[in-house]
Amino acid sequence: MADVTLTIDGKQITVPAGTTVLQAARDNGIFIPTLCHDEKLSPWGGCRLCVVEIEGMRGLPASCVTAVGEGMVVRTASPAVIEARKMMLELLLANHPRDCLTCSKSGACSLQDYAYYYGVRGDRFQGEKHDYPLEEDNPFIVRDMNKCILCGKCIRVCAEVQVNNVIDFAHRGFNTRVTPAMDLTLRESEECVFCGNCVQVCPVGALAEKASLWQGREWELDKVRTTCTFCGVGCNLEVSVKDDRVVRVRGYDNPLVNGGWLCVKGRFGADFADSPDRITRPLIRAGERGEGRFREATWDEALEFTARRLQEIKEQYGSRAVAALSSARCTNEENYLMQKFMRAVIGTNNVDHCART
Amino acid sequence: MLDLKEWRDSLQGRLRPGDRPSLTVGMSTCGQAAGGARVMAALEEEAGRLGLQVDINQTSCIGMCYAEPVVEVALPGKPRVFYGHVTPERVPVLIEKHVVQGEPVREWALVQVEDGTVPYDGIPVMGTSPYYGCQVRVVTSRLGLTDPESLDAYVATGGYEALEKVLRRMTPEEVIEEIKASGLRGRGGAGFPTGLKWSFTRQAPGDKKYVVCNADEGDPGAFMDRSVLEGDPFTVIEGMTIAAYAVGADEGYIYCRAEYPLAIKRLKTAIAAAEEKGLLGRDILGTGFNFELHIKAGAGAFVCGEETALLASIEGRRGMPRVRPPFPAQQGLWGKPTNINNVETYANVPFIIKNGGRWFAAMGTEKSKGTKVFCLTGKIKNTGLIEVPMGITLREIIFDIAGGIQDDKQFKAVQIGGPSGGCLPEDKLDLPVDYDSLTAAGAIMGSGGMVVMDENTCMVDVARFFLNFTQAESCGKCTPCREGTKRMLEILTRICEGEGRMEDLDTLEALARVVKNTALCGLGQTCPNPVLSTLHYFRHEYEAHIKDKRCPAHVCQALLVYTIDAEKCTGCGACARACPSGAISGEKKQPHRIDPALCIKCGSCMEKCKFGAISRL
Repeated sequence: MADVTLTIDGKQITVPAGTTVLQAARDNGIFIPTLCHDEKLSPWGGCRLCVVEIEGMRGLPASCVTAVGEGMVVRTASPAVIEARKMMLELLLANHPRDCLTCSKSGACSLQDYAYYYGVRGDRFQGEKHDYPLEEDNPFIVRDMNKCILCGKCIRVCAEVQVNNVIDFAHRGFNTRVTPAMDLTLRESEECVFCGNCVQVCPVGALAEKASLWQGREWELDKVRTTCTFCGVGCNLEVSVKDDRVVRVRGYDNPLVNGGWLCVKGRFGADFADSPDRITRPLIRAGERGEGRFREATWDEALEFTARRLQEIKEQYGSRAVAALSSARCTNEENYLMQKFMRAVIGTNNVDHCART
Repeated sequence: MLDLKEWRDSLQGRLRPGDRPSLTVGMSTCGQAAGGARVMAALEEEAGRLGLQVDINQTSCIGMCYAEPVVEVALPGKPRVFYGHVTPERVPVLIEKHVVQGEPVREWALVQVEDGTVPYDGIPVMGTSPYYGCQVRVVTSRLGLTDPESLDAYVATGGYEALEKVLRRMTPEEVIEEIKASGLRGRGGAGFPTGLKWSFTRQAPGDKKYVVCNADEGDPGAFMDRSVLEGDPFTVIEGMTIAAYAVGADEGYIYCRAEYPLAIKRLKTAIAAAEEKGLLGRDILGTGFNFELHIKAGAGAFVCGEETALLASIEGRRGMPRVRPPFPAQQGLWGKPTNINNVETYANVPFIIKNGGRWFAAMGTEKSKGTKVFCLTGKIKNTGLIEVPMGITLREIIFDIAGGIQDDKQFKAVQIGGPSGGCLPEDKLDLPVDYDSLTAAGAIMGSGGMVVMDENTCMVDVARFFLNFTQAESCGKCTPCREGTKRMLEILTRICEGEGRMEDLDTLEALARVVKNTALCGLGQTCPNPVLSTLHYFRHEYEAHIKDKRCPAHVCQALLVYTIDAEKCTGCGACARACPSGAISGEKKQPHRIDPALCIKCGSCMEKCKFGAISRL
């Protein structure tokens, strides 16, 4: 596609046609705040925080949904733009709980960051605020609709990534809110699979992981990148750790694997890490079969034992006496190795997999 | 194959036999609400009782909504006479005098349409009557004069001539050129040139295209589209069919609000009748052109009048606007190129095709051609539906056609363009009514609602009313419209309750400016207009509320003070008996007094006092 040259804040910029003004600015190190925008979701243009001034255009267009044009002259920080952004923040804060002291999002909240950046205290308008009950009837997600700024990211991620369409906007005007149909809770809706991708995209504290509440402030958490152990997809994780304990799991944005999205297991199933039932070392049966007595062994001992027994069985009964069952929790490579081992070393085609049927 | 001309010729004389009297009742929503059905039943009963050979029919609203129920009486070879305020009780007199004795009841008659016959004495002739004299009826030309559910009546009065001309003798490009030549601009409010819009959809690549009619009329005080749909549904259908041919569409939707059940019923009847005659559906008039038309009933959201929200609603999604571009002409219904116009725009099309673009362009002003339908409501003598040439002044509409202000009170403002419009004061009354003049004055043409206000209207209260409306109808998508209107409404409410501060006016202006500049769709961008225009033209009223704690129009209850003039009070006690809150006390035959702490400011005492002793400040 052809290139377009435009001027943003006096800087000449050339970008491919079809690029948004927001993208063009960000690619060139020019700051524009956004709340409802997400590159991985469809364009929305709702929060209006990214408004800019464009010569020849009426009003202040939203840069996230305005395509660049040849010769366009854009100003991202004119007095009218700053006035509008501050007003937008004042309006959002006017209907937002002032509990940053204890809010789980504090330190990672876009609304908090922008309010600080623009010096907006949120005390310009004193009027009605919402007083919705906290929704905490499911084991995974806490929804506090009083904190919701209606950016609609959760709705889009549910519809476009999870393709589940559980939630949408309902009601009108000041009473607009995000909800499953018929104002049910996520749990009552019986549609939600609790993938939690909505929590991950929420820019404020409206959606939170239940198990992470009160477990650590944002700035106390060490972020560790790892791979999910639940299945062979190998989703990349960003695990937040405090005092050697897993406090929260989010998707790590590796576009080659999961693009940052997770399922309910990967996101909310990390409690196994601290489980006393977890087997952390190899076990070799110590008693009679079925008796359930095992003794701990070293990896060397366990591997040597297994290799020896496989060899003995093969010699005594033939290759076809051995079969292997592999797991969906192993990676593709591990599963490949397993079947290769069975065919080439053991000499059998008796290979199966828990996810075959 | 259907020969329209033959059909039309055969209808002459059949529709109006001419050898016996006809009685026709206005049965649009306004007529039915005023009791038209009871009048019709009374006519049938009385005619039956007397054994009269008469035709009793229905028609739509002729525009004099203030005079409903309206009944037309026509005798063979005589002018058609329209009577207003007809009640079942008046029916026997009407039939006895006019039908049996042949003498119209002059004191009940509104106008007569002479149709080449000799007019009666003492009854205004439609073309020169005060109400119709300044009007030019194009889109509304059949309203009140034909049966809206009869395809015969439509064809007999020139219906489908335009479609036949288009399909048999014009290319789609020629049709678009004709519309361009007419200068027709969209009647939905924004005034975009219709021919240009059609050419965009025509040129947009794609095999599948749609035409959509926006009949989601929701402005307070607006009923143009309803009246046209109820009164002449076939014109809209014919106009849409022509548009479909011009842009290359084979399917269309009429998005009509569900609050208009009669309009939807008549549209359904009309669509079925047109389909049966091969004027809609497959192979129209044997030309191979196909056009399938559906009705989609809206679910009651004002914002669905915004075109992208309307399209989302047809698709079954929540009615929320999206950013344009892409415009519907490029990506509309289900992503396909879509031409969307409102009811009145489509209704103009057959007339333009039939009479030529130049005929249309000869009416109106340089940049606003043709006529415009308006709804007159509020504190005027004659409320109703009118159609006037563009460029007429507001003063002519309000004082000549509408007969001026009720009870001869003082005019204060006229609100044009609904919640997106503005309030214009007395000194703007000589403005020509066209798109550009109204926009320059801080109002907009809008779809044609015109609400007239008198001295008893509080302009702060009016702004509050409209903000209340837009706040409730905001779709909630963008921050300024959802949250900004809420805070504006709160400030206006505070001012009306006497709790306003002078700095509120600056905050209001700043909010209005930001909402106007940053809102996503037309609803949000224009919803501050009632605030901005009243702040501009009636700032003194805001200041009176804030500084003097006084509502000059005596509307805002919290600011009213009722007092009894001891000089005039005779101590009759009528006020004390009327007071629902026991706020009035006093000895018999002694001056009474009102306890302000108990007074709920209902005004009952003032209504009851025969001596004018109670005043409201």
